[in-house]
Amino acid sequence: MFNKIVSADEAVAGVQDGMTIMVGGFLGTGSPEVLMDALVRKGVKHLTVIGNDGGLAEGQPAGEFAGKTPRGIGKLLENHMVDHVIMSHVGVNPRLNEQFADGTLTYTLVPQGTLAEKIRAAAYGLGGVLTPVGLGTPMETNLDELGREKEVMEIDGKKYLFERPLHADYSFIRASMADEFGNYMCSKATRNFNIVMAGASDHTVIAAEKLVPVGTENPDIWQVAGVLVESIVEGEPAWQI
Amino acid sequence: MADLKERIAKRCAKHFVDGDFINLGIGLPTMVADYLPEDVIITCHSENGFAGIDILADQDTLDVNIINSGGQYVTALPRAKFFDTAESFGLVRGGHVKATVLGAMEVAENGDLANWIVPGKKVAGMGGAMDLCVGCPEVIITMLHTQKGAHKIKKECTLPLTAEKCVTDIITEMAVMKVTDEGIVVTELHPDYTKEEVQEATGVDLIWSPDLKPYDET
Repeated sequence: MFNKIVSADEAVAGVQDGMTIMVGGFLGTGSPEVLMDALVRKGVKHLTVIGNDGGLAEGQPAGEFAGKTPRGIGKLLENHMVDHVIMSHVGVNPRLNEQFADGTLTYTLVPQGTLAEKIRAAAYGLGGVLTPVGLGTPMETNLDELGREKEVMEIDGKKYLFERPLHADYSFIRASMADEFGNYMCSKATRNFNIVMAGASDHTVIAAEKLVPVGTENPDIWQVAGVLVESIVEGEPAWQI
Repeated sequence: MADLKERIAKRCAKHFVDGDFINLGIGLPTMVADYLPEDVIITCHSENGFAGIDILADQDTLDVNIINSGGQYVTALPRAKFFDTAESFGLVRGGHVKATVLGAMEVAENGDLANWIVPGKKVAGMGGAMDLCVGCPEVIITMLHTQKGAHKIKKECTLPLTAEKCVTDIITEMAVMKVTDEGIVVTELHPDYTKEEVQEATGVDLIWSPDLKPYDET
């Protein structure tokens, strides 16, 4: 009988050099750490990474709650595994601007709401989205993440920017709780991109803080359908300050 | 300088009324929260994932699953609603977040805003700023009137835009202004400055409201 539960190393075994991955999290909150650690162990290179931001470097955020290790995509950046990032914000983790400056990393910026919709379009079968966000800005004139020109469309007298779906080879997601079928929920502000990224890639992998047998929870709590999830990794630790 | 920023944050807080749902940006705009009236219900949107920010967390109230959009650990109000990024920015683009308060590098006479990138400098990215400026019915700029004497309110922006024709209100240490089809109208003037001094610090011809009031510092 099919079983989605695998180890972190098994979950990332298919990730090859040069692939595109998307990773949930917002400045580290809600990022799937055991999956990032497994990618670092595998030593895969030249990734294109889609995420809100570059996670955190060791010691961030400054102050009493500083992290003892990098977080989220920060682990991949620390190990120079990334060639290109598609993000809304690249100003927090200093590894990003360092690697832009030394020429080893390039970027495509996408407004945060547009980034979520491009990913959602890939997951849910849309040909793209029309948004007024970015009109009259470099978003209209810059090429998109695959070097294509942007189109402005006029619908009923109103102008919109046409944004294409954003698809990847792997989605790596953190779930606060999941059942063994892959139905999952993300607690509080860890939802961020961990909801829309499910199903937007060829392979969707979740790392669950808590894994429960099917049928033991009220089904109303699940935020994402387990049918979208290919692999489940147990034992994502709660973030420790 | 700190006093001037406090003055701006205090004045901005008076802009809001009972029931408002608003977004406060990072820096000076965040200070606005400290001065919101206490006898009303105002809900602050945290675009990373919820409506109902309370205050910065401490060791006792820390929940590692709750940060604000600047990455600081915060607490959530009892009426808070958590959501994912798609829902968060649906609220923004749909016009359901009434106002966003942001800083600016440049504001143009027609309401164009530049506040996210300086070519050749370190890249930060727009984050949610473009979405907020397009989606929120009111875009309120809180900033020092000039950059060490250099005009920030200009005929046209020279930096890449965040959004076109989006700014509705500008609050500085000198004046409170509205962006209108006719131009920038001064509605309140701080008693520390003359009309001439404010005009001198501004790169466009200001329109003085016939109902010009003193800057509300109460």
